[in-house]
This record gives sequence, structure tokens and C-alpha cells, in this order.
Amino acid sequence: MSDVSRHYGRRRALSHVTLSCGAGEITGLLGPNGAGKSTLLSLLATLAEPSAGEVRYGDRTAREAGARLRAQIGFLSHDLQLYPELTARENLQFFAALYGLKAPAARANEALSTAGLTERADDVVEGFSRGMRQRLALERVLLHRPRLVLFDEPFTGLDESSCGALAARLTALRAAGRIVVLATHDLDLVDGLLDQALLLQAGRLRKLGREGALRDRYRAALADGTRSARGAGRAKATAAGEPRV
Amino acid sequence: MSRFLQVAWLVVRKDLRVESRNKEMLLTTLFFAVSCVLVFSFGFVRGGRAVEGAAPGILWIAIAFSGTLALGRAFERERHHNALHGLLLAPVDRPAIYVGKLIGVLLLLAVVEAVVVVLVTFLFRAPFFQHGWWLLALLSLGTVGFASVGTLFSAMLVRTRSRAVLLPVLLYPVTIPVLIMGVSGTAALVQAEPDLAMARLWVSILFFFDTVFLVLALWTFEPVMTE
Repeated sequence: MSDVSRHYGRRRALSHVTLSCGAGEITGLLGPNGAGKSTLLSLLATLAEPSAGEVRYGDRTAREAGARLRAQIGFLSHDLQLYPELTARENLQFFAALYGLKAPAARANEALSTAGLTERADDVVEGFSRGMRQRLALERVLLHRPRLVLFDEPFTGLDESSCGALAARLTALRAAGRIVVLATHDLDLVDGLLDQALLLQAGRLRKLGREGALRDRYRAALADGTRSARGAGRAKATAAGEPRV
Repeated sequence: MSRFLQVAWLVVRKDLRVESRNKEMLLTTLFFAVSCVLVFSFGFVRGGRAVEGAAPGILWIAIAFSGTLALGRAFERERHHNALHGLLLAPVDRPAIYVGKLIGVLLLLAVVEAVVVVLVTFLFRAPFFQHGWWLLALLSLGTVGFASVGTLFSAMLVRTRSRAVLLPVLLYPVTIPVLIMGVSGTAALVQAEPDLAMARLWVSILFFFDTVFLVLALWTFEPVMTE
């Protein structure tokens, strides 16, 4: 992703973002609410196009690669992209068939077993707890074994053991050479898991250092970013002849 | 079966399965269409005799209004839990998703129309079944024209907050010709001396309209769905 900006009308969601993610790496996108994390993930998922700049997957853009690129992407967004009126099995079989997987029923069974939902396979998703839905959605995303896996707040609604299982899953994805990008607020859960940690603040991306606990690095970078923004604001106000506050 | 049709069928089957569970679209659309015809029957039927020439208009108004209701809901279930993104991320030709949604709407409207035609025939003593095949052609082509535009607009508006207001505002100016052709063709069939040549003309024009709008919708669906 190089020099990417994204605007929604007059609102700037991302500003001149440059980012590179490699195989077998977990990249963490951290930042306060509204910082642009979901927008960045949508751009990587090909669901949105940048207003300026370019997103490249290997040597091709999303437009050049078309539908074949989407077969390599898995995106677990904050909304779980499931049909609550369908059963867990029906949801998985539908998406397995949509991705053109061979033997979608067998693949769905395998995914149900991994999610620990075999016993509830024929229950409609509407009756599932948030944690169960999250586990099901995770398996739906990984059904087609994507190379680029994007997560938006994947730990939301999970209990402690499920969080541990998800962290183990992320590690396994890294070991399998997948490119993992995750946006999260759960700093303690991802501390030690990330190969690169990035702070997204007001649409701008900055790399966090490697020394110390993730939470401390995050707070320091956030405070630094806020100071820089205030400084820039003051400079702008002074240049415009406004009184300093 | 080609992959395109396979994907469209998957979407239709999924929609039918969801509909069979909650019957949300079928019941609301059917109830609305029947209510519409009943209300008109109180105004246009006096002493057991219907006002002459009213039946075709009432039939198509019921179809258009209830169709708008169905179209408004067509992409609504994809909006919940953002399942639409799941569909759009799949490595499929995105127009196949449009075709799947369109077929789902058409099947639903076919059920509604079957009930409405019988009801209007009964209440307004309209000889709809005298030239049943021509009526079937008009209804089929008219519904395809109406729903092809409506499904595209419904998809376009799925992310907007005021979609319920915007859908009819956008839909009716574009589909008014379809409704006029449908009413005129149906009127030609049920008048005292049925004019089959006129009905054939409207069927041909409807076919042309459908072709143009289906091609345009298939062409624009992908860019419309990318933010």
C-alpha cells in the first residue's frame, strides 16, 4: 500500500498511508475509535478503492487481479457476515460453495469441528452467543485457506479460553506463511504476537517501536501523535493570524 | 452449469431458504398487494359492477406497490451482519449475485401476482384468462423490467440511511414506462373487443426495455457495489 488516502466526502479517513506486509507476518493496526482502521482493512480487502495512491498485491492491483485475488483474501469484519436465519452448517456450506471449494459439505464439517460447534451445527445462528458467532465467522473466513487474512476486532465477545484459541490460531496462520493484518484494541492479548505494530491516528499511520510492553509503546506514541497534531494546529492558527490559546 | 449460473442459483437458494424460515418478504408483500386490491374494489365496484377499464390499472398498481416493498427488502437481509461484504468478497462474478437476487425477487413477485390476478379477476370480473398466455407474457416481461431496475437500485441504496424513501423516488421515474406498457397491453386484452395486435406490440416493446435494462444493470452492478 503506497501513499494511500481515502476520503468520504470532505472527511479524510486515511491520509498518505504507506504500508507493507509480508508472508508469515502478523501486522497489528492499533488506534483509537474512528482512526481509520476499518477503512484501511476495507481497502486491503478490495471492498473499497483508495481516493489516491495504490494498493498492490504482489505485482498487481485489485482491479488487475479481479475475482482471482479475492479467492486469496479472508476478511473477518466487526460485523460477522453471517446469515442469522441459517444454521451454522448452512452458512458454512453456502460460503464454501460460493468460493467454489470441492466437497463443501465435508469442508463445512471440518470447520464446524475446528470451531467446536459440531453439536450446534444444525441450529440457526440467531440463537448463538456472540462468542459462538465469532468462532463460526472465523472459520467461515478461513474456509478457503486465504493467503491474506484480515481481522477487525477479532477478540470481541470471546471468553478467555476462546481468546487463547484465537491467539494460537493466529500463530498457526503465521507459521503457515499467511499474511495476517489485524485491527484491535485488545493490546494485552496481542502483545508478543505482532511482528509489526502500527498506530493509526486521525488517518495517519506510524510504526511503533519494539522496546517495552505494547500498551506502553502505544500510549507513548498516541500522546506523541496528539502533541504533534496540537503543534500543527497551533502553527496553522498562528500562520492564519489567530491568537494562540 | 456455468459458474455464473451456479453462483446465481446459490444466492437464489440461500434467499429462498431464509425466506422459508421467516416468510417476512412473502407475507408483507402479499398482504400489501391484497389490501391494495381490496381497497380499490370498494371504490371501483358499485352494485356488483366494476368501473370499465379499471382492472388493468389496479392490477399493475398492486404489482408496482407490493414490488417496491419486496425490492426494499431484497438487500436488507444482506445488510444485517454485513453479509453483503461476505458475498462481495467471494471470488465470483459480482453480476451473478445481482442475477441471483433478481431471480429471488421475481419468484416472490410471481407468487404475489398469481394471487392478485385471481383476486382482480374475481372482484372486478375482468376476463384476464381469456387470453391467458398474452397476459402471462405481459406480466412476466413487465415484472422483469420493473424488478431488474429495482434490484439494481436496491443494491445501490443498501448503504444509505434513507433508502426506504429514496428507492421509490429513483425507481418510479425509470419504471413508469414499464407500468404504462403493462397497463396498456393488459387493457388491450380485456376490452370488449380484445386487440391482440396491440398487446403484441406492448410485449415487444417490453422485451426491448427488459433487454436494455438487464444489460445496463449487469454492466453497472460491479462498480456500484465497490465503495
